[in-house]
Amino acid sequence: MYSLEFTVNGQLCQVAVDLKTTLLEVLRDKLFITSPKVGCNTGDCGTCSVLMNGKLVRSCITNALSAQGKEVTTIEGLAEAGELHPLQEAFHDNYGAQCGFCTPGMILASKALLDENPKPTREEAKEALSGNLCRCTGYGKIIDSVMAAAEQMAQAKS
Amino acid sequence: MTMKVVGQRVKRYDGMAHVTGETRFVDDVIVPGTLTIKAFRSPVAKGNIKDLDTSAAEAMPGVAGVITAEDVPCNAYGLVPDQPVLVEKAVRYKGEPIAAVAAVDEDTAVEAINKIKLDIEEEKPVFDPLEAMKPDAPKVRPEGNVFMFGERPFRQIILGDVEEGFKKADIIVENEYLHPSLEHAQLEPQASLAVPDAGGKLTIYTVSQALYFHLGQLLGILQMEPDKVQCKQWAPRTGSSWRHNAGFSDINYVGGTVGGGFGAKNDIHADHVTALLALKTGQPCKWRWTREEDLLYSTFRGAWRMTIKDGITKDGRIVARQIKSIRDAGAYSTLNFYVVDKHSFLAAGPYFIENVYVQGYCVYTNKPPASSMRGFGITPATFATEVQIDKIATQLGMDPWEIRFVNAFRKGEHTATRRVVNSVALVEVMQKLAEKAGVDLPDKLMTMTSTERG
Ligand code: FES
Ligand code: FES
Repeated sequence: MYSLEFTVNGQLCQVAVDLKTTLLEVLRDKLFITSPKVGCNTGDCGTCSVLMNGKLVRSCITNALSAQGKEVTTIEGLAEAGELHPLQEAFHDNYGAQCGFCTPGMILASKALLDENPKPTREEAKEALSGNLCRCTGYGKIIDSVMAAAEQMAQAKS
Repeated sequence: MTMKVVGQRVKRYDGMAHVTGETRFVDDVIVPGTLTIKAFRSPVAKGNIKDLDTSAAEAMPGVAGVITAEDVPCNAYGLVPDQPVLVEKAVRYKGEPIAAVAAVDEDTAVEAINKIKLDIEEEKPVFDPLEAMKPDAPKVRPEGNVFMFGERPFRQIILGDVEEGFKKADIIVENEYLHPSLEHAQLEPQASLAVPDAGGKLTIYTVSQALYFHLGQLLGILQMEPDKVQCKQWAPRTGSSWRHNAGFSDINYVGGTVGGGFGAKNDIHADHVTALLALKTGQPCKWRWTREEDLLYSTFRGAWRMTIKDGITKDGRIVARQIKSIRDAGAYSTLNFYVVDKHSFLAAGPYFIENVYVQGYCVYTNKPPASSMRGFGITPATFATEVQIDKIATQLGMDPWEIRFVNAFRKGEHTATRRVVNSVALVEVMQKLAEKAGVDLPDKLMTMTSTERG
């Protein structure tokens, strides 16, 4: 057993893990943070996506120990001071979430995109989200949501 | 007057929980002391179990319980109860569950599964429904490979007289269409959590899309109210076997939060096994299928082979349509027969055709059981009939739009089952569609209406 120390949504955590524990297992089974979902457990669907030091990772194929000393964000950590992140508002307003199973991963992937490219084109948004599968929406309303959030964030800045 | 809901954009009632990550799917329900379940599945598509030895698995530290067919009070379920929860003797498809283990963690459960010894006599399977229909084909099911719709080995729909219709036709167009099987690929795999209480009752967290159907079936499998629920072993279908008199209070069935279904969760996949192991071990039991299991062994849209023979007059009217459809049902009835019913009722399409004859077959093969998927059997029929319309158009040298306009339902006409259609708008929908697609249709079509057959 090894001791993993890292920050999750601003909180310092210490968890005992072994060499084959994944980050997803730590989050779901040890910390009971269930927003990252087990869609495939093989790195193919994106439902387990989280941010690690701001970068999008698939937690099901991320070794837990690689989070040592890092900062992990799940969707529970997006709201600030009780205010939803504009992406959360936009997904709700634009019907970007249907069954909701892909939604936490989808919103985090969108956040990773907007942090890097605040004014993406629809094509760029599609490309950035291409690793996150959604079976319900057909993606149109997800891209609408991302574009609406980008717009809203740009307005808030100016 | 402005309405609050009608005509307004209304946000999803569950949308806020989705975007904050608060939505709790079955696998997100965490109960202390929950055991992990893994299944022991058949390595062959058809065979006869000679011996099953689970003793080494049971003896393993960390294993709380192992179940086999012997542990299932009524080992036959489904609307036509022909499917075992766990195979007793006859394996009918590769991956069919034979035993299940509940252990303290996944690694232990997997190790225990690997210790189960199976002696099975492999038999020759049949995979192609056309082969399975032959009299000397290997038997998937003891009563025969073709599902009986009452007296007949197919669902029959007759309207008018197709032979007479063909005589009136100027041309005959006959084609065969194949529709492959399809997986729903919903993002949430099959999952179930059963939590027993001290009084022998259960709370089951389910992904079911059909809660009351499944609750009735579960009570039958578990025989929870023995005087009320009779275990009906499979018998040829004489009517609905739905158990409406079961004691619903024995199971607190918690559902409604489904991570995508599309028909994949209209059959019980996991709730029966979690329930049995929870009752056996007295501990909460969770079973989450792997994606691989879900792709390989959960239900799916079965494949179809459809032959359509149409008689058409020179003006494009279809005057007779004869359809023979064969559904590859896999090994069990599930909802297959209902899928074939719906297919047969509506296979003639949204067109008024005076002479229709449909034969819908439902054929068993040694594959995982197919079942419902969006549209049940209608979607494959639509594929076939619409391609057929394009082929008719080519053969007649007519615009395919025109064939559709000329044949589309008008108000007051009826389907092949004589169901009168009163709210029809296919003509108007096609006009709008043409506009949006930038297709210039002749006035003759653009002035048609659904109220009159011009
Ligand atoms: S669960 Fe990690 S990519 Fe699918
Ligand atoms: S909303 Fe259901 S999978 Fe995306």
